[in-house]
Amino acid sequence: MTLVCVKNVHKAFGDLEVLKGIDLEVGQGEVVAIIGRSGSGKSTLLRCLNQLEKHDRGAITIADKRLDGEAMSPKELSENVGMVFQSFNLFPHKTVGENVCLAPVVVRGESRASAEKVAREVLAKVGLSDKYDSYPAQLSGGQQQRVAIARALAMRPKVLLCDEVTSALDPELVGEVLRVLEALAAEGMTLILVTHEMGFARDVADRVVFMHQGRIHEAGPPADLFGNPQTAELKQFISAVL
Amino acid sequence: MGVTLDFLTLLPYASELVRGLTTTVILTVVTTLTGIALAVVVAYLRLHGRSWTRFCMGSYVEVTRNTPFIVQLFFIFFGLPGLGIQIDAITAAFLAMTLNLAAYSAEILRAGIGATAQGQLEAARALGMTRLQSYRHVVLIPAFARVYPALISQSVIVMLGSAVVSQISVFDLTYAANFIQSRNFRSFEVYLVITLAYLLLAFVMRRVFMLAGNRLFAYQQGESR
Repeated sequence: MTLVCVKNVHKAFGDLEVLKGIDLEVGQGEVVAIIGRSGSGKSTLLRCLNQLEKHDRGAITIADKRLDGEAMSPKELSENVGMVFQSFNLFPHKTVGENVCLAPVVVRGESRASAEKVAREVLAKVGLSDKYDSYPAQLSGGQQQRVAIARALAMRPKVLLCDEVTSALDPELVGEVLRVLEALAAEGMTLILVTHEMGFARDVADRVVFMHQGRIHEAGPPADLFGNPQTAELKQFISAVL
Repeated sequence: MGVTLDFLTLLPYASELVRGLTTTVILTVVTTLTGIALAVVVAYLRLHGRSWTRFCMGSYVEVTRNTPFIVQLFFIFFGLPGLGIQIDAITAAFLAMTLNLAAYSAEILRAGIGATAQGQLEAARALGMTRLQSYRHVVLIPAFARVYPALISQSVIVMLGSAVVSQISVFDLTYAANFIQSRNFRSFEVYLVITLAYLLLAFVMRRVFMLAGNRLFAYQQGESR
């Protein structure tokens, strides 16, 4: 079943056309890794999916509902699409528990008690039950990123967007974050990740999308893309990063 | 030295001094709270209001920051009755001090808000918060934390500046001193006493601010890991 559908999406920043007509369908429970050089438009595409960037043309639907333009309120959007950022973006003045509870309470109007229950669940899922009352600054980068994942999950989104979530981490902390994402994928969470972790893309993704100059240049199962790249650009990219 | 100090001559006027001190403290506490609260609103409107709101807020801030406090006070107390608006002295004092502190604090706060990382706002938006919600829950506390020392200084300046309200016959600490020395002619003693009183007030005020800050910004204590 198609969950996210992107049709002919264009986006320009001034004269710079970053997305030149993107078509992409992501099924329920699918894990899609978007790879490509910096400047290829992959982060912009991801940011259009939760409207942090408004695209100029084209349509994006989730569960057959338009999410772009004024079609969805911020609240509704956040219940459909969650996002995890490269730089964690935890709220420094709130404890781990408060970070996770904030949106359910403020945006969805859940009671504090039920939000706290959910918070403990999602924090357990990312292996941080014992950090409930810590402040972000007291955590390692890997722990902060896992809290950010828990915070996004607390809104129970249908799809989780991950924008280079391990790029700001020390190498020894990358693994703990990837393991959490892997577990989510195994549970059936729909994931769309922009990533430079080729090993992760190969092992966990159902499909890999290679972007080049604002277009989807090549897409398919990881084994095909990494094992038998069709285009010169992808061959070059793979040899450069592997 | 032909000067003899005699503080005992102030004793009969102790109740005037207490009355003046009380007024100054109440004026300060109330206007610090109302002034900073108003500053939050002004800073927000100056950043995000409609164009005419931004213009009005900008004008208010700039006029206030570029005219003497005593003129603002006189304008409210002596000037406004000309428009048919009668205000008693103490209300005029509250109003002038609040508006004065709010204008300076709004600019201080605006700098703190402006330093908010883009990522914080994006995270709030991705979680479905409206701008007002993200201000309240995400932006405001760290913004206050960033500019807190400047905010303390500004509040102390306004407290010290409150001495001026004695000029419209508000019975504050300075008014008490003027009153006493006009009776006993012991100006050195009485002004020395209120000088020390203002010094003490400023010291206590900074302490209270620091303690409140330690509570409010407790999250920063773990920051230097």
